Amino acid sequence: MTDTPTGQQDTAVGGPAQPVAGLTGRRRPGEAVFRGVATGAGILILLILMLVAGFLVFQGSPALFADPAKLASQGYGEFAAWVLPYAFGTVWAAVLALALAVPVAIGIALFISHYAPRRLAQPLGYVIDLLAAVPSVVFGLWGSLVLAPAVFPLYKWLNENMGWFPLFSGRYSGTGRTILTAAIVLATMVLPIVTSLCREVFLQAPRLHEEAALALGATRWEMIKMAVLPFARPGIIAAVMLGLGRALGETMAVTMVLSGTRNITFLLLTSENPNTIAATIAQNFPEASGLKTSQLIAAGLVLFLITLVVNMIARWIVARRAEYSGAN
Amino acid sequence: MATLSPTLASGDLTSGRLPKFTVPVAIVASLALGYVLASVLGGGNLALATLLAFVIYLVGIEIAARIVEGARQASDHRARNLIVGAFVLALVPLGSVSWEAISKGLARFDATYFSNSMRNVVGEGGGAAHAIYGTLWVTGMASLISVPIGLMTAIYLAEYGGRNRLSKAITFFVDVMTGVPSIVAGLFAYALMSLVFGPGTKNGFSGAIALSVLMIPVVVRSCEELLRLVPNELREASYALGVPKWVTIVRVVIPTAVSGLVSGIILAVARVIGETAPLLIAAGFTASVNNNLFANPMMTLPVFVYDSYAHPGTDIQAYTDRAWAGALTLILIVMVLNLVGRLIARRFAPKTGR
Repeated sequence: MTDTPTGQQDTAVGGPAQPVAGLTGRRRPGEAVFRGVATGAGILILLILMLVAGFLVFQGSPALFADPAKLASQGYGEFAAWVLPYAFGTVWAAVLALALAVPVAIGIALFISHYAPRRLAQPLGYVIDLLAAVPSVVFGLWGSLVLAPAVFPLYKWLNENMGWFPLFSGRYSGTGRTILTAAIVLATMVLPIVTSLCREVFLQAPRLHEEAALALGATRWEMIKMAVLPFARPGIIAAVMLGLGRALGETMAVTMVLSGTRNITFLLLTSENPNTIAATIAQNFPEASGLKTSQLIAAGLVLFLITLVVNMIARWIVARRAEYSGAN
Repeated sequence: MATLSPTLASGDLTSGRLPKFTVPVAIVASLALGYVLASVLGGGNLALATLLAFVIYLVGIEIAARIVEGARQASDHRARNLIVGAFVLALVPLGSVSWEAISKGLARFDATYFSNSMRNVVGEGGGAAHAIYGTLWVTGMASLISVPIGLMTAIYLAEYGGRNRLSKAITFFVDVMTGVPSIVAGLFAYALMSLVFGPGTKNGFSGAIALSVLMIPVVVRSCEELLRLVPNELREASYALGVPKWVTIVRVVIPTAVSGLVSGIILAVARVIGETAPLLIAAGFTASVNNNLFANPMMTLPVFVYDSYAHPGTDIQAYTDRAWAGALTLILIVMVLNLVGRLIARRFAPKTGR
């Protein structure tokens, strides 16, 4: 309510008396304040991000530069050696999740963009988006209490009959709560993002190319192979990278499904599973203090850097694609 | 129609077609065969049966199509079947999560659950009242921080920034912020609080800061997009009447886009209300109701679910039941928020003047 009178007054003052100043808007305090607040909010965001990095470095630095002997007695041990297995677990779980999610996501995206009846495409997209709305803690609960017992017979069978395959060897876990289960839960969680990004790219495929392919007698699949997928390849790669970024940082699914240990192993079905950085922080932070807290924060910094690099690559691919897709 | 003659050369454009009834017949036949095989092999496991049926269907159609229609059509069938299969596969976790949350959550979805806290409760009974209050407080505070900052930034980007260096930097770093892992946001809030109020400080406000870091980029993104949808003619008409730019934004641009802005903000709230990891770090655990954002740990619903699952007492079933009831509550809250957000967006649709 108070906005209008001041605004009108400003124009009245700035208008007839000094028309030039009025036109450039220099003499309006309301304008200056509003513009200042808007700019300030933008700068605040930059500041927050700098603070995030700054505080993590500041609070984590005691662990990064501490004497190894002191770290061994009061912390979790020498930092690089301690964090490396977790970094491996983080990347391994995320890569597994993506390996499971990407083919399915591309399939769903193609189904929605090129196979489903027009009328159904939008609602079906919503249904997949519903998956994104389920909170991660619910997925964690589901993964450990429902999925793990359900896949256990499969793991047992895989281990007994396909144990010659290196990934399936070792002694199978008695609970089904292995890195593969965690990866399935993670895959479910990144599925909606990868799907929606792929769907968008598939819908942008040049209509004329598609129709030309069909006119030449191509089947629908041949048309997709010839006209849609080549066009969408950079978009798919970007979607995969963004999904990877999400999977790397996801905490609860791994925390609740795995009782991870600190080892580097590629075996999928054993009870000795590598833990992830995020899960380690979540599991140990509530009880940690002093140097241990610093060490966990420093681990968070490592995770932040890994996701930052992955996301940057994804954005770079998207930006590069945006540049030359303008020519189409 | 029923030209089932394999005499035509494969790859020939005029080769035969599978009759229309092939698909339904094949589905029924492969399902039946799958269930029979599964009951022989694995004691009637439903998942195994469905999987076997799908494989049988794939192989059956492949062979039939290859004989009748040729290799190109067969690969078209295969691709279609796999693509439809992928979609159905994605519905499995969605259905399973909803079903389990409802069937297992209803056991403790009662009045006690919503009125009692876990104070002095060891086994059965108790509830999540403290966690529900906490979630409302923390999410409310996070929205109070994020919405003004996010909205003003979006206004800057859409109305003032143009393509200058600052707005490019903001856009870039908002993108970066979207990718911040949630647990890192929690660590940031914890580190900030430790520095200001001494090490080990955990309270609701700290949790709200953590959620804000996650929420701000979402708000900026959706609001900026909507402000850009407002047609320029409206702004120009307002300027022509001598209205200053900021009054134009407040009285013309924002009212035009308001439904979209509200729905975007609601969807952003829905996104952060289920966050667990940052609150686990920043807001901590407690068993009692705490309505003070600035002192003592504050329980929230997602952390309550995690805590009930991860640290069960002697009566594990009671804790698991409470965890599922919490999961059901969370799903309901998020679904309602999503529905309301989309409804607002659709009902009070953008007045773009088209």
